[in-house]
Amino acid sequence: MIGIYLELACLPAGRGFGDWNLRYNMALLIIDIVISGLISGSVFALLAIGFSLIFGVARIVNIAHTAFYMVAAYCIYVVTHKMGFHPIWAMVIAIILVTLLGIICYKLFINPIREHEGAVLIATIALAMAFQEVMGLIFTGTYLSVPKLINGYHVILGVKVFYQQILTFCVALLIMGVLWVLLTKTKLGLAIRSTAQDREVANLMGINEARVAMMTMGVSVGLAALTGAVVVPLTVLEPHMWMHPLIMMMAVVVLGGLGSLKGSFLGAYILGFAEALVVFLAPMGAFLKGSVALSIMILVLLIRPEGLFGVYFEEER
Amino acid sequence: MERWKKRIFVLAMAFLFAVSSLTVASGQDTIKIGVIGPMKFVQGIGHWNGATMAAEEINAKGGIQVGPRKMKVELVQADSNEFLSITDATTAMERLIARDKVHFVVGGFRTEAVLAMQDIAMENKKIFIGVGAAHDELCLRVAKDYKTYKYWFRGSPFNSSFLGRTSFIHLGTVGAILRHSLNIPKVKVAIAAEKAEWTEPMIKAAETAIPGMGMEAVGVWRPSAVATDVTAELSAIQRSEAHIIFTIFSASVGIPFARQAGELKIPAVQVGINVEAQKDGFWGATRGMGNYVATMNTYARGVESNELTKAFVDTYVKRFGETPTYTADTYSAIVHGLATTIEQAGTLDPDKLVPIHETRVYKSPSGTVAYLKDAEGRHLHELRWGPGFLTALGVQWQDGELKAFWPNKWKATPEAPEVTYKGMVPYKIPPWMVEKFKK
Repeated sequence: MIGIYLELACLPAGRGFGDWNLRYNMALLIIDIVISGLISGSVFALLAIGFSLIFGVARIVNIAHTAFYMVAAYCIYVVTHKMGFHPIWAMVIAIILVTLLGIICYKLFINPIREHEGAVLIATIALAMAFQEVMGLIFTGTYLSVPKLINGYHVILGVKVFYQQILTFCVALLIMGVLWVLLTKTKLGLAIRSTAQDREVANLMGINEARVAMMTMGVSVGLAALTGAVVVPLTVLEPHMWMHPLIMMMAVVVLGGLGSLKGSFLGAYILGFAEALVVFLAPMGAFLKGSVALSIMILVLLIRPEGLFGVYFEEER
Repeated sequence: MERWKKRIFVLAMAFLFAVSSLTVASGQDTIKIGVIGPMKFVQGIGHWNGATMAAEEINAKGGIQVGPRKMKVELVQADSNEFLSITDATTAMERLIARDKVHFVVGGFRTEAVLAMQDIAMENKKIFIGVGAAHDELCLRVAKDYKTYKYWFRGSPFNSSFLGRTSFIHLGTVGAILRHSLNIPKVKVAIAAEKAEWTEPMIKAAETAIPGMGMEAVGVWRPSAVATDVTAELSAIQRSEAHIIFTIFSASVGIPFARQAGELKIPAVQVGINVEAQKDGFWGATRGMGNYVATMNTYARGVESNELTKAFVDTYVKRFGETPTYTADTYSAIVHGLATTIEQAGTLDPDKLVPIHETRVYKSPSGTVAYLKDAEGRHLHELRWGPGFLTALGVQWQDGELKAFWPNKWKATPEAPEVTYKGMVPYKIPPWMVEKFKK
């Protein structure tokens, strides 16, 4: 694709050859779609990986996952605006605080009812709503913003891309790499994978399954906070900001296969590209980008009910 | 012993009855005004602040003269939560009327919710002055079924059709500036409108109006009203080579759109309606990247539509630390609208107040208020737009301050007198636009 661009970029747009002009514009359109898709997909991937991790290990459907992302965003706002710290410190503080908050919430609200998946689902919805109301009371519904870690933009093949978006893309890749190392090269990873495969057998083998679940919850919420830290400078803070990402995140994990990290990663980019396609090919229907992405998810599920890399459904059969 | 118990019980009941009667009687010495709006959001806060200022001002003077007695104003706040739930809005309206027993209601913001709340107020014959929703239907209902809907009045802003007309004038003004300053022979316009009911007629009208103004419409982009990332839309708009982005935003999307366009230095100016850009918090929310964004607005610091504007804006800024937006027009709805009408009628009876209020022409801080009738002469309770009445302002963010650039020597028709409000400044073209197009 880049080859096509380079070949065509040598030709001026207004050369007069209708065919070349058409091809040139097509190449630009494809570049736009690819770059926008990669950026959106990275945001979805960051959110979905954490959610998928805790589901895969502890079978906890944590609806409050994006609410933790929202709390991290407000933490960063307070630390940068009210306390005057550099955004990088705000990021670190937010990740630590939100991770602790996640662990406390797990111990108090989730662990006692863990065996009842329906109850966990409802408890985490309530938790998310509680966070929303608390943030609403403290900060009202006023739209706020936080500073970027890196200001400015870079022009990639004619498309202006924020440095912060490039950072998001890199962080998504980095997180996947770190998680792969954690899961495959460490004892904790071994424990997590064992627990994910069979909790009872893992318990019998001497693994403290409850502790592994708590640690995974910490990692998962920490990832939500990290996502908040890298994504929120690109968006607007308000107490309901967790809802839309939640829908897209759920779509990604269902499309990729519940509990599958690689499925989540791939699903995120599929939906990211679907959104970009809608915006560029049907600008009048840009508001439908979310709906189209969800429709793609439904289509995939009709063909492959367990999702692309389903774990959960396979086990149930 | 049993008899004594019964007597004590009867006495206690009689005491409670007397106390409650006294409470009701003392409650009748105040005029209760319900202030309804999304109170956790800037719009609702504006409703409440404006009404608070009005009540304080009226009560400091001893209250409103109602026939032989003076009655103070008592405000009752109702959080409609209408951005999230229309049911919450209707419940809040029911509560104001049934439990709080308010005499009048002011506020409302989101058309879909206000339509529902309007029905409840009308069923209960409560005068409801809408301060926030712009949809024409709210007032068309008055003409269609006057007996039921006559208790509704529009307080602010004027309706969607007039909003459209004003924003097209702003578009034409900015288009002419670009044409002359940057030597752009054919100005291209991209329309960016959030997905919402009220934007539909404006998009259609814009697609017709833009070619009529000698400009070219290059496309319509419709992000979600709550979109947080519009970089894809902005890339597509840049590809369209638009010089102007005609914005039609009332929701939060106005912030990321302005911020990301500013950060990416998209070579197109923004003009139209961006409700978020009307607020002081816009500069901080966009981290200064909303510089040069232009929008329609009702108030701006240092700008005077008439002799009432300065006192209102200055007092509001002093009291609440920010410039009022149009939802703060609950102030004029109460002080200049309701209070005077009640004093003229000498009663709180809505059936006696409506005929007086609908024929009044009075000054408010944003201009002169008069109510329109439709082509068949039926009352609409719709605000009159135009020179000498309400026009709104064209404002632009210029280095952290919201400055007004319109109306400045504006003539509604070639024969009409020029209109210029005090405090106008020239429109500024973003430097990256000048750099790109100036030859």
